Amino acid sequence: MRFLRAIGRAALRFLAAAGRLAIFTFVSLSYCVRPPIYVSQILRQFVEIGYYSLPVVGLTTLFTGMVLTVQTADGFGDFSDENAVATIVVLSVTRELAPVLAGLMVAGRIGASMAAEIGTMRVTEQIDALTTLATNPYRYLIVPRLIAGTAMLPLLVVVGNIIGIFGGFLIAVYELGYNGHQFIARSWDALETIGVVSGLVKAAVFGFLIALMGCYHGYHSKGGAQGVGMATTNSVVSASILILSFNYIITGLFFAA
Amino acid sequence: MSAAQSDIMTETPKISLQNLHKRFGPVEVLKGLSLDIAKGESVVVIGGSGTGKSVMLKCLLGLMEPDEGKIFVDGEETTHLRGAARTDLLAHFGMLFQGGALFDSLSVWQNVAFQGLQRHTLTRAQARDLAVRKLADVGLKPEVADMMPVELSGGMEKRVALARAIATDPDIILFDEPTTGLDPIMGDVIDRLIVKCTKELGATTLSITHDMASARTIADRIAMLYDGKLIWQGEASSIDDCGNPFVDQFVNGRAEGPIQMPVQAG
Ligand SMILES: Nc1ncnc2c1ncn2[C@@H]1O[C@H](COP(=O)(O)OP(=O)(O)OP(=O)(O)O)[C@@H](O)[C@H]1O
Ligand SMILES: [Mg+2]
Repeated sequence: MRFLRAIGRAALRFLAAAGRLAIFTFVSLSYCVRPPIYVSQILRQFVEIGYYSLPVVGLTTLFTGMVLTVQTADGFGDFSDENAVATIVVLSVTRELAPVLAGLMVAGRIGASMAAEIGTMRVTEQIDALTTLATNPYRYLIVPRLIAGTAMLPLLVVVGNIIGIFGGFLIAVYELGYNGHQFIARSWDALETIGVVSGLVKAAVFGFLIALMGCYHGYHSKGGAQGVGMATTNSVVSASILILSFNYIITGLFFAA
Repeated sequence: MSAAQSDIMTETPKISLQNLHKRFGPVEVLKGLSLDIAKGESVVVIGGSGTGKSVMLKCLLGLMEPDEGKIFVDGEETTHLRGAARTDLLAHFGMLFQGGALFDSLSVWQNVAFQGLQRHTLTRAQARDLAVRKLADVGLKPEVADMMPVELSGGMEKRVALARAIATDPDIILFDEPTTGLDPIMGDVIDRLIVKCTKELGATTLSITHDMASARTIADRIAMLYDGKLIWQGEASSIDDCGNPFVDQFVNGRAEGPIQMPVQAG
């Protein structure tokens, strides 16, 4: 009896949390399409998310491209050549590795800092202060972050694609002694619209999810520094899980059947 | 003060809280709080920690909704206002938060002139001028305008928060423990600034505090919140011989009396 009650309570808590998140998402989106929009806040977030994440995303995809080339060449053994390696590198990087790894890295960097910043504003009553200064906190804090997250992650992934393939090129030419012209020509052929587009769509969705989790957990944090710390952790963990599961869903939509 | 008192009887009160109830889970914090404040009057609500003073202000501002009861501003009901109507109403309010609540990503002048900047009623240059003028009103030099909130001392922070609260010349200003955490001298400086600024604006004010010195300086009228209700209210000068044992105990800060503090047995 007590066991059943515990399960019931957990289920109710889960439903309540899901409902809160759904309402938060709906309200935020409804403000995204109704003016006024705080352009200066959006630009600030563009810089924060897009520009300052470049090094992290660049390094991650560079090393990934390099490792992928070494492993692919090794895996194909005697059959390994420019064509095989270039095809594998281009497909893997553009379809999966650049969007997912960039998403996870940005979730750690940006999602956490959004949750910490908004959470601190919540527990120090700065969000209440915004409201009393006749400024809607959704418009001023949440909307700019959602827009910037959704817009910036695809750009980061475009850069990540280029750097990742370049990393593969470096290893192919300077480690494995492959023909550089042939590698580039083959890479260019291997680039297909659906692979690149699906990668960018994933990136946009991941960027939205990262910003949504950072904002949601920050906005609902309570109880001082400890609460803010918990919001930060929760935003990174939930964004990462959502990224991996939505990656599967979107891949299914593009490539199944 | 007696003029203000008689106004309550004849005119519509500027602010009227009627029978407010608010509960958090099993705990009922407000249990039928009623308070009328006349135009231009300064009312101070005193009461112990956790009695719901901040909750009362948040209900008035619409940051929380009361479970029961009604709130009127200028005779119009505002209890459940939302959206644009709430925003328009809040443009008439100034609020000094318990912790200052300055935006720490913005400089001091951007904090003070926040509302003008965001609503585009002022250009940047005008907003800066306004901020510098308001900072002067609270006794701060123009150099402070370009500092960031983290660089301020506690007393300066309160002054900047006060400057922000009065920046739009609001007709209603709320103060949540304006002197808590300050030394007694700085506390008195802030109290005097509050009196000066609000009288100059002719604003109606509602303050909450548990600092009796502060209450005596600011208040025309004092009310005491206990057990979710206002158990006493009267002119500030009459508080020492009000004959109410609860008020007496609070004013004199005695541990013994009708107010029981829950003390955990060690
Ligand atoms: N958002 C909230 N959720 C749950 N409980 C709350 C919330 N806000 C306030 N409370 C509870 O309401 C009670 C009154 O809180 P309030 O902040 O109004 O006290 P206060 O009178 O301002 O005290 P202090 O003088 O210490 O500031 C407290 O017991 C507090 O735990
Ligand atoms: Mg309080």
